[in-house]
Amino acid sequence: MNRSSDRRDLFPGALEIMILQSLRLRPMHGYALVKHIRQVSDDLLEVEEGSLYPALQRMLREGWLESEAGTSAKGRPTRIYRVTEAGVRHLESEVMSFERMFAGIARVLAVAKA
Amino acid sequence: MPSLSRLFGRRRRYDDIGISIQEHIEERVDELEAEGLPRREAEQRARREFGNVALIKERSREVWQWSALESILADARLALRRLRRSPGFAFTVLLTLAIGIGTNTAVFSVIENILLKPLPYPDSGRLVALWLDAPGAGGLANFSSGLQLSASMYLTFSDHNRSFQSLGIWAPGTANITGVAEPEQVQGIGVSSGVLETLGIPPALGRWFNQADQDPHGQKSLILSYGYWQRRMGGNRNIIGRSIQVDSQTRTIVGVMPRGFRIVDHDFDLLVPLALDRSHQILAGFGYNGIGRLKPGVTLGQADADIAHLVPVWMNSWSNGPGTNPHYYEVWRIAPHFRWLKQQVIGNIGNVLWVVMATVGVVMLIACINVANLLLVRAESRQQELAIRSALGAGRARIARELLVESLLLGLLGGALAVGAACGALRLLVAIGPADLPRLSEVSLDAASLGFTLLLSVFSGLFFGAIPALKYARAHSSALNPGASRTASTGRARLRSRNILVVAQVALALVLMVSALLMIRTFAALRRVEPGFADATHVESMSITIPGRLEPDVHTVAQMQRQIADNLAAIPGVTSVGFAADVPMDGDDPDWDTIAVEGKPYDGGEGPLRLFNFVSPGYFNTMGTRLVAGRDFTWDDLSNVSPMVIVSESFARDNWGSASAAIGKRVKKYSSSPWQQVIGVVEDVHVHGVDETAPPILYWPAAFYDRFWSSPALDGLRTVTFVVHSNRAGADEFLSQMQRAVWQVNPNLPLASVRTMQDLYSQSMERTSFTLVMLAIAGAMALALGVIGIYGVIAYSVSQRTREIGIRLALGAQKRELKWMFVHSALVLTAAGVLLGAGAAVALTQWMKALLFGISPLDPLTYLLVPLVLAGAAALASYLPARRAAGVDPVEALRAE
Repeated sequence: MNRSSDRRDLFPGALEIMILQSLRLRPMHGYALVKHIRQVSDDLLEVEEGSLYPALQRMLREGWLESEAGTSAKGRPTRIYRVTEAGVRHLESEVMSFERMFAGIARVLAVAKA
Repeated sequence: MPSLSRLFGRRRRYDDIGISIQEHIEERVDELEAEGLPRREAEQRARREFGNVALIKERSREVWQWSALESILADARLALRRLRRSPGFAFTVLLTLAIGIGTNTAVFSVIENILLKPLPYPDSGRLVALWLDAPGAGGLANFSSGLQLSASMYLTFSDHNRSFQSLGIWAPGTANITGVAEPEQVQGIGVSSGVLETLGIPPALGRWFNQADQDPHGQKSLILSYGYWQRRMGGNRNIIGRSIQVDSQTRTIVGVMPRGFRIVDHDFDLLVPLALDRSHQILAGFGYNGIGRLKPGVTLGQADADIAHLVPVWMNSWSNGPGTNPHYYEVWRIAPHFRWLKQQVIGNIGNVLWVVMATVGVVMLIACINVANLLLVRAESRQQELAIRSALGAGRARIARELLVESLLLGLLGGALAVGAACGALRLLVAIGPADLPRLSEVSLDAASLGFTLLLSVFSGLFFGAIPALKYARAHSSALNPGASRTASTGRARLRSRNILVVAQVALALVLMVSALLMIRTFAALRRVEPGFADATHVESMSITIPGRLEPDVHTVAQMQRQIADNLAAIPGVTSVGFAADVPMDGDDPDWDTIAVEGKPYDGGEGPLRLFNFVSPGYFNTMGTRLVAGRDFTWDDLSNVSPMVIVSESFARDNWGSASAAIGKRVKKYSSSPWQQVIGVVEDVHVHGVDETAPPILYWPAAFYDRFWSSPALDGLRTVTFVVHSNRAGADEFLSQMQRAVWQVNPNLPLASVRTMQDLYSQSMERTSFTLVMLAIAGAMALALGVIGIYGVIAYSVSQRTREIGIRLALGAQKRELKWMFVHSALVLTAAGVLLGAGAAVALTQWMKALLFGISPLDPLTYLLVPLVLAGAAALASYLPARRAAGVDPVEALRAE
């Protein structure tokens, strides 16, 4: 669902990091997660539902998340996702490797400008 | 990989996904509603924003799946459900496949077991059949397989060769067993030392023959077959050391061979040692089958070269008696022409089998095409559904996969049923298969056959599934347009692939029908050949052996034989009786020997080899073999041992120009033997079967002087085949009367090989009739399937074009023209198929050359008749739906839309 063509694709693993980070703040259900990421990124990032739900299932399978029955704000049944210990560890190692990558890219870009 | 707990938890996971997504959309709807959109619009927009719910759900679920396989399984379940909903379709397809795959599996098992599998002996790749070539031996050209070994050759070769680990000779024969139950004639095989060692199968009980058994003056022993041991000895394990009477000689049982053991391709009841006496061997007597086991690494060529050096050694070591020239055989130019034992066993049956395999393969192709046609119709009726699914986001691959899974499932189900069909077909095949089909006892449905079934099922499933899958995977969304099916042109475009299939079907059917008709014409040609005997259904034959132990004196033997003949003649309803060394088409040649015609010069002093038979007075009359000139023998001729001979018409013509000119002329066997006068000429007899030319034959009286004795003394036949002409031939009561007639002479004489000449005649044509039956069945199936195919295409095109037909009728088209329009299109398809098929048939029937008799593979009548039949069938198959088209009511047709 390409709603805006100027928005570029996320790189692999980015979606997982954002989900883990968001859920680390507080457990959420799917729609809340989408809204949260959009708000926090000031509408810069939009998670597509087509990727979100398979990604959630993948992370459940890896054991980074767990899900439990819950109710939404309107009192309807839904599933709440929560980060596990393993999820936190994975998030931290991923963030670290991302930071190293960003730093590298930033340095290369700085040299190019000079 | 899914663990067990995950499999259990999966249903809950799937529910979770559904609930999550449901709530996701609901919340978005609420939000949009809060922004002021009406409920309906909000719902629509939320769904649009979310995207393809089903697809996202599926993707999410796939995370938990062993993905590809499981979704294929789900497809299979779905396909199964769909098949259950259309049992007629499922039944037709599965039946077609079960028959098609089943017959293929059956024929494959036969081919695999007979042609492909090694012989059932250890390391059988080193086993060799010892045949010789003798291009200089004149009459030997009549032997298709070459020259066999003599006992002296075996002794020389076995003593001096360097290529063989072991070698031996063997000769099948019959033996009379007395003292166990009723006197019984059984199949015996005489084996030299080396035969059992070469084959290498240990006995089930006891031991092989040893040197003491092979000593002509040593102990008399024998080995039983498993079958005889079970049948007559009740499988008693304490049988070793016991004695039985074989041809009135007491022999000790030293071993029992295991179940299924055969000497090359011969079943037997007992083995006896040949016990060759070196001091009595001569050069001649080329009547033994030789087998050998090559030393590892030795090639056939090396073995040939090795033995070629030993042929002169053989001539130096032995003679044919005093005053004969041992180097006479140099004229024959004897050279080894060894061949692999397997090739010897299989013979030329491979030809028939491959033709049958190709035939059932073609039927399978036609069946697949029919199934593909059915699937196309089915896919067409599902086109709307497929188009909708494609519009909802199902990928092309996804739809193609589903169609393929369905056809694969059909293929596999058909294959499973086919295993049952193959079991039945194999039984049928063994039942109707030619008696000379070698290794038939080894044929069974084994792992390789089942593997073949699986492969064939999968391939046929992919084959007939690929056509609709390729065509409908890219279903156009235009199919969604409810008016799409109204236009005539769509129907025509859709018909194209079905038309191609029909053309292919007609072409294949033509190939099969041409082959079948060629075989029918071959059979007819064979039937037209005069075999050289007449009224075969009313001629009973049986063979009787009087062993030397039972009656040593040849005069008495001759009297006993005449007495038996007289007793047989006295049975009510018997019109004539005679006997001979062998009757035509029984698979045995009584004798081959040299013959010299008076006044003709010959290389090396001896004449060429000719086929001999030995007959009693009345034999020709009983057989219905016409006397062309001169007279038959009389009993006086026999008792006086008159130097007389009767020759066949072709022998007379070859040597003296005509039958009548032969009377009074003289021939002799060897330079030292006396001249014999030709007293009669009889018509040619196709002794080797009607498909073989009738060889020149010399008929000697059944009593004669032995050629090797220095002073002439009477010799005669100990094994003769009696022939009895009677309208009651074949009746049980008649047979028991014959038995009594024999037992009046001596109660220890068993009757063997009791059959009518018609049995022998049919047996000699068995290979042709077997091929004929298989091809005729295949041809008929192909024709039926082809007709159904044409009918289907025309009927479908009529139903698709009802509206067009209505318009045509409304505009004044004549019904006749309309009918012709459809019949014409069927004929065009048929013509295309016939042209293609004729090309293929011309190429393919070249393979059948060896099976044909009296006609060319390009027989014009066949190539004229088959297309006509096909065209007629096509016209009929299209006329029926065409008539329906012409019967369309234009008002109804237009209103129906």
